[in-house]
Amino acid sequence: MLCQRCGERSATVHVTRIVNGVKTELHLCHACAEASEVGLFAQSPFSIHNLLGGLLHPPAGGGRPQAELRCPACGTTYEEFARTSFLGCEECYTAFAPQLEPLLRRIQGADRHRGKRPAAPGARGRTTASRPADGAAAARAERPGAGERLAELRRQLDEAVRQEEYERAARLRDAIKALEAETRAGKGAG
Amino acid sequence: MSLERLLRSEGGAWLTASGPAADVVVSSRIRLARNLRRHPFPPRLTPAEARRVVEEVRAALGTLRLGPSGPLELVELQALEPLERQVLVERHLVSPQHAASELPAAVAVDETESVSLMVNEEEHLRLQALAPGLQLHAAWEEADRLDDGLAERLDFAYDERLGYLTTCPTNTGTGMRASAMMHLPALVHSNQAGELVSTLARVGVVVRGIYGEGSKAHGNLFQVSNQITLGRSESEIVESLEAVVRQLVERERGARELLYREHRTELQDRVGRAYGILTHAYAISSEEALALLSTLRLGVDLQLVPQVRPEVCNELMMAVGAASVQYREGRLLEPAERDVRRAAMIRERLASRQAPRGEA
Ligand SMILES: [Zn+2]
Ligand SMILES: [Zn+2]
Repeated sequence: MLCQRCGERSATVHVTRIVNGVKTELHLCHACAEASEVGLFAQSPFSIHNLLGGLLHPPAGGGRPQAELRCPACGTTYEEFARTSFLGCEECYTAFAPQLEPLLRRIQGADRHRGKRPAAPGARGRTTASRPADGAAAARAERPGAGERLAELRRQLDEAVRQEEYERAARLRDAIKALEAETRAGKGAG
Repeated sequence: MSLERLLRSEGGAWLTASGPAADVVVSSRIRLARNLRRHPFPPRLTPAEARRVVEEVRAALGTLRLGPSGPLELVELQALEPLERQVLVERHLVSPQHAASELPAAVAVDETESVSLMVNEEEHLRLQALAPGLQLHAAWEEADRLDDGLAERLDFAYDERLGYLTTCPTNTGTGMRASAMMHLPALVHSNQAGELVSTLARVGVVVRGIYGEGSKAHGNLFQVSNQITLGRSESEIVESLEAVVRQLVERERGARELLYREHRTELQDRVGRAYGILTHAYAISSEEALALLSTLRLGVDLQLVPQVRPEVCNELMMAVGAASVQYREGRLLEPAERDVRRAAMIRERLASRQAPRGEA
């Protein structure tokens, strides 16, 4: 698709905007996107938020009214998030999960973390005295290995699928299922 | 390190050492966004909750030892004068939004300014590691170690599926922004910079001017960083950015060689004039100073100005900002007076034949 503004370069920035319930789509090349302030790569720290705002607005007329969507933990509404592109707390990720997942795929090109996880809190022992008792942290401390192994297996699975090694992918999928079941069982017992 | 010493020093040790590809890459930086569990993210913090976040971080830092770089000392922004905060902004230790924060917020820095931490900026924590030249891997290891040390003492908001949970979904996952500060005078001179910015954007690499807007970056200094934080491991992000930076280094060197071969007289003339003005001006704006320092730095890298060391150009580029100049004088100055003091400082630094820095 060619850029709607210059008609020369291919469009790489796609912005959907809803103004008064009317949906408009904009397809621009990076140069034009930058020039028109909608680019992800424009200078202003706010322009990325403007762009997110464009992506975040609920589709016109579809589904339940988004204003009702509210994080029970911090009170942030989806509408506020759409306006500011700021989530209010970690629980917002759960409250807005159905909306966030496609958004993350769109802005990040992925919806699964493949990087590090918090350091295995083996050294926590040293500091527990100064910390309030924390059941959740203790529970996480008991299964650092499983999480790490899962992340690695999922990563290998993605790779296997990409390389079209389906036999290996199937084996990995089984291993992941087994490990997930094991982790769930461990949690239930704990 | 005391705040006084931090503000008085001429910039971090990372500025003065020379690293790999230091002729083009001033510094490498890794930033990690982290948030604490059971506290709302900064945009929703009340002053009391923001204070609790600062105190939790202070307590964690109190027991954290990072080795050679020493402990991180926490400084609360509310305790600083506006001018002092502005100096920290010019030194890239806090962001402009952070400096303007009305909530309790803080910055923590180690002795060498190679590791630092912003508290209650857009995220509860933004860890930062800096290394001179092109050393993204080294900076990542440094940031990784600080992150591990903090994770043993603080409970980070983390999800098995989405990784580190952040205020802005553009940070979710690794929460990592890797970047290189690059000096690209020859690419700008040959009008290739604008095209590169749009080409790189297509592969998820963001290029921003460090001073000024867009491609009109004063001092020809650019920040080149990754856009994507989710779905790739930290090492993958570092590696792919490093590959891009290496290519940019080669392009810049090629453009410099061409300048040197085909336009040597013009180049020598420009470098000589820049040196002449910088060593003899009695009033100079920060914009003009940055432009001339960039040209001088190019001349230094091409060995046209043997009497100037490259790190002096780096230091001066960080020191010519309005707040830094005023802080050095210990008071607010009218713009005209500021330009006079700035020119005096530059003359002095270039005339001293670069005596060892950091008298503080
Ligand atoms: Zn276009
Ligand atoms: Zn929430």
